[in-house]
Amino acid sequence: MISLQSIAELEAHSDRVWSVSWNPSGTLLASCGGDKTVRLWGKEGENWVCKYRLEDGHQRTVRSVGWSPCGKYLASASFDATTCIWENKDRDFECIATLEGHENEVKCVTWCSNGSLIATCSRDKSVWIWEVDEDAEFECESVLNAHSQDVKMVLWHPTKEIVASASYDNTIKMFKNDGDDWSCFSTLASHESTVWAISFDKTGERLASCSDDKTLKIWQEYLPGNTEGVATVGSDSAWKCVCTLSGQHPRTIYDVKWCSLTDYIATACVDNAIRLFKESDCNTDKNQPSFDLLHTQYQAHTQDVNGLCWNPKIPGLLASASDDSIVKIWQVVEK
Amino acid sequence: MSSIPNAAEAIDQEIIYQIYDTIKDIKDPEKPETLEDLNVVFEEGITIEKIDDESYGINIEFVPTVPHCSLATLIGLCIRVKLYQCLPFKHKLRINIKEGTHETAAEINKQINDKERVAAAMENPNLKELVDNCISEPEY
Repeated sequence: MISLQSIAELEAHSDRVWSVSWNPSGTLLASCGGDKTVRLWGKEGENWVCKYRLEDGHQRTVRSVGWSPCGKYLASASFDATTCIWENKDRDFECIATLEGHENEVKCVTWCSNGSLIATCSRDKSVWIWEVDEDAEFECESVLNAHSQDVKMVLWHPTKEIVASASYDNTIKMFKNDGDDWSCFSTLASHESTVWAISFDKTGERLASCSDDKTLKIWQEYLPGNTEGVATVGSDSAWKCVCTLSGQHPRTIYDVKWCSLTDYIATACVDNAIRLFKESDCNTDKNQPSFDLLHTQYQAHTQDVNGLCWNPKIPGLLASASDDSIVKIWQVVEK
Repeated sequence: MSSIPNAAEAIDQEIIYQIYDTIKDIKDPEKPETLEDLNVVFEEGITIEKIDDESYGINIEFVPTVPHCSLATLIGLCIRVKLYQCLPFKHKLRINIKEGTHETAAEINKQINDKERVAAAMENPNLKELVDNCISEPEY
């Protein structure tokens, strides 16, 4: 039996909370939302407290936050069309750079695994790749116009220099640097409405996606020359949907996060619930996996659940963000 | 099927009246009339489902004045914002253009049910002013 135990309820935001993100060491949780601020939460003794409040960086909603792999920098993406980079300077976080260029709302920001690149995406349909140099200067390296509609989320592959994007055009796209410039090498089409979020598993060989079409999908990577005979082009992998989970979510799914420590998949749904899935133990064929719904936390929040994040160090510790303006911390309990 | 409405149905009807009362006086963005005057919204276009003791799922269908109405998105936005501001109970709202009454209904439906786009639109001062003008209470 699996359940979710409520650990803490963090109240400070004065509006909807859109997104939560743990720092790489798992000691600080960043949250952001409609009140235009970023809050950083940490533990003092037994209690979770708001340690920092980052304001004056943005003029509109802060939609997403992302940590650099070293944990020294935090990026925040806003509806004001900018991305701010904040540096942890011992006692405070200071805005050291503002990335400008998107025409309108920036919806997501994410750092690649070695910290040398940042990706952002926007309602302007583009994905931007930014280079980070040693002096923490940021320069746009490429603008990718592959999607035909808003790009809702961008995410780096856990080990490779590949960025994946999810869009209002119902597709997911993957981009790589082919020496000269960045280009799209794969389009994952199967969802029937907006793809709100994506999450790689710890290997990067699988991807989970969630959508306005109320389904959760699992995609499998196939390398060139794969024994299954899945067609690939050149040296690029092909991605194929190997599992569609429908019927579990009655409404739009806003977020999905695959835990690299426990392999649980958590989803955030408009029905106020958080759900936990895991691949069935009896599975042996990676081409036809099945996933079980292990737990539904009904009324996890009193309104839509918008964002989730697994703690990168403590197995089963999950943070959630909601329209009810509260951030919650949960622990998966197995008994 | 009973012809005598039971208590639950009567309560549902009350809720529908309450929703309809909230949206009927929204002003058309370019005409002096209200959405009720123009038959853009109507009671039969509202259906509800009880989710739990505190909240309802609400579906609203509306009919743009003409099939190429360029302001259908704005009307949808007004309905959404007005209900969000005024309804005293929690709700999960879907707004759709009545089938066959607009050339780009699917596109508009997707847009007005995307809460991220709605949130961003309401942070745009020009759009917010347009919406606020349409949903402000009529002065007598």
